[in-house]
Amino acid sequence: MPEPREAARIDSPTSAARPVLATPLVGTPAQQGSGPPDPLLSLGGPAAIPQPDALANADAMAAAQAGLTIKARSQFQMAYARFIHHKMALIGLGTFVAILLFSTIGPLFWHYNYAQITNQFGTGPSLAHPFGTDTIGHDNFAQMMAATSTSIETALVVAGIATALGTLVGAAAGYYGKWADALLMRFTDLILIVPGLVILLVLANTVSKAAGNWLWIALILAALFWTYLARLVRGVFLSLREREFIEAEHAIGASGARIILRHLIPNAIGPIVVNATLTIAQAILVEAALSFLGLGIQPPQVSLGYLIAQGEGAATVLPYLFYFPAAFLIVIVLAVNFIGDGLRDALDPQQRVRA
Amino acid sequence: MGAYILRRLGAGFVVLVVGTFALYILVSLSGNPLANLMANPHISPATIRAARIELHLNEPLLQRYWTWLTGMLHGNFGISTTGQAVGPQIWPRMWVTMQMVIPATIIAIVIGIGLGVMSAVRQYSVRDHVSTWFAYAFYATPVFVIGILLKDFLAVKVDNAAGHPVLYTVGQNNPGTTGAWNIFVDALAHDVLPVLTLVLITYAAWSRYQRASMLDVLNADYVRLARAKGLSRRRVLYVHALRNALIPVTTVIALDFAAILGGAVITEIVFGWEGMGRFFYQGLVGPVTPDVNVVMAYLVITAALVIIFNIIADIAYGLLDPRIRYA
Repeated sequence: MPEPREAARIDSPTSAARPVLATPLVGTPAQQGSGPPDPLLSLGGPAAIPQPDALANADAMAAAQAGLTIKARSQFQMAYARFIHHKMALIGLGTFVAILLFSTIGPLFWHYNYAQITNQFGTGPSLAHPFGTDTIGHDNFAQMMAATSTSIETALVVAGIATALGTLVGAAAGYYGKWADALLMRFTDLILIVPGLVILLVLANTVSKAAGNWLWIALILAALFWTYLARLVRGVFLSLREREFIEAEHAIGASGARIILRHLIPNAIGPIVVNATLTIAQAILVEAALSFLGLGIQPPQVSLGYLIAQGEGAATVLPYLFYFPAAFLIVIVLAVNFIGDGLRDALDPQQRVRA
Repeated sequence: MGAYILRRLGAGFVVLVVGTFALYILVSLSGNPLANLMANPHISPATIRAARIELHLNEPLLQRYWTWLTGMLHGNFGISTTGQAVGPQIWPRMWVTMQMVIPATIIAIVIGIGLGVMSAVRQYSVRDHVSTWFAYAFYATPVFVIGILLKDFLAVKVDNAAGHPVLYTVGQNNPGTTGAWNIFVDALAHDVLPVLTLVLITYAAWSRYQRASMLDVLNADYVRLARAKGLSRRRVLYVHALRNALIPVTTVIALDFAAILGGAVITEIVFGWEGMGRFFYQGLVGPVTPDVNVVMAYLVITAALVIIFNIIADIAYGLLDPRIRYA
């Protein structure tokens, strides 16, 4: 959980010198000694808005006075610095981007369409068909591109919806408590006693009869996954809302929405981002399971789980039809998990900055 | 303790009733079980009417749910679309599923905790790195991929090498096996691959949790003190450190039990077991769909198993951590 940014700003050596040095340049006498030039506290006047130049000046002067250059870095900059030193996370990111390009830009350059039927039936990998063809004559390479992009698209939509909804409900439950909390916890109780996959199968069975396209699958996955995010955000908020800086916000009359949006969510951003990433990995796996069982992506659309299910039938005769989608699936999930690990380390403020 | 367990059961029961209501409506609305009959020109309207009455489809949905709920509370799961009672069909299948799930859970706990402790004690050793890599790989692999790999590649090679079937890949036993010992060996030969599948997807996360919590404990002051006052390394590790390190992992294992049952659905389908997971899946997708009573019976039994397992985990929790009071 990231440290409160307010606390960090007051404690950091540069900002302590900031108001005192800045005020002679642009401030009014009334503001001197009144602490940080917070636009909320001061009442009007041009001096109320801290001037970037003045602040930069103040920083430089403070640094010069102290005899060393300490440059305060934002939460994002520190996280970035830590992330680019995480070797596995970088490899994961590179792999993920490469696969993403393969699946999105690849079809533009490849001379077969994923639905196109060639006159090669069940041939092994060759120059014309790098991943071979299936028994109907589909080019497996083109199918892989389409399947990978469907799987990743679905997972990204799931992660997006689940994160937004989970943060919203988790924030309401964690900050206000009451009925939002009760509702969330009861819903979660149900998911804790019935396997998530089973609930999804029931949902998918109802939905796929109406419309089996990937957006519907993404929606029902999100209907399950948001609860995990919501529980997480709720937990973080429950501990944060008792902290002094939130009490201070209450004291100056900040609204609930302002406290949640400006103070609580920025402080919970680490766990939220990490879990959004891990949701992508889980969504890819669960979508594959649904498609494998015939309740996920429906033909003519293809996804990795669907291709694996197709390849299983011929696994001993045409093993490459099984190997390629299975390997892609594992590599994508591994890559996303590594990115998640890197983000977890990067966004954890208890880690020392190694950069 | 008794009162605590009763209260847990009560809370679980309330959630179950509300949950079954939502799921019953959802499953009922997913299709018409009589569609196949109605599409068949050789079936008379009278037969269809009789089937409709037998399945209570002539009643309003809420009334059907009420009939089902009161029946279920009396131990009657209703009839499936074939007209047979669901109860006598699903209980034997539950034991088939347990044949896979119970050994898998126990083995996964032992392997997960064992590898986690080994990784933590020898942090950054070759063994730690190898174990980490395997955990990552299995964590990223879907259960059906592991199942298919074991079935089509490992089992075929082993059986070919042995010259006769050693590892069976279809079904939970050979019907007609006689003699207690033969039945046991036969069940074991069928059990190996499905259990291994479930173990591999399950232990990975547990070993990572165990490693992390063991590292936390090993760096604690009281462990250093225990070593400093002259206790043997073995005693410090396994009595002082491990007991505390098991506490967080117990929670994770309890929460993951539902996921193992979910994984068992796929494993049963891959290995062709006549377990309750496959029964549920068939009730959901056909050929006659939806078989509401079959699906609901599976959901209720699964939820009951998860609640029981969580109570066992709670008791284990109390044994590991004497600070816990069941008020």
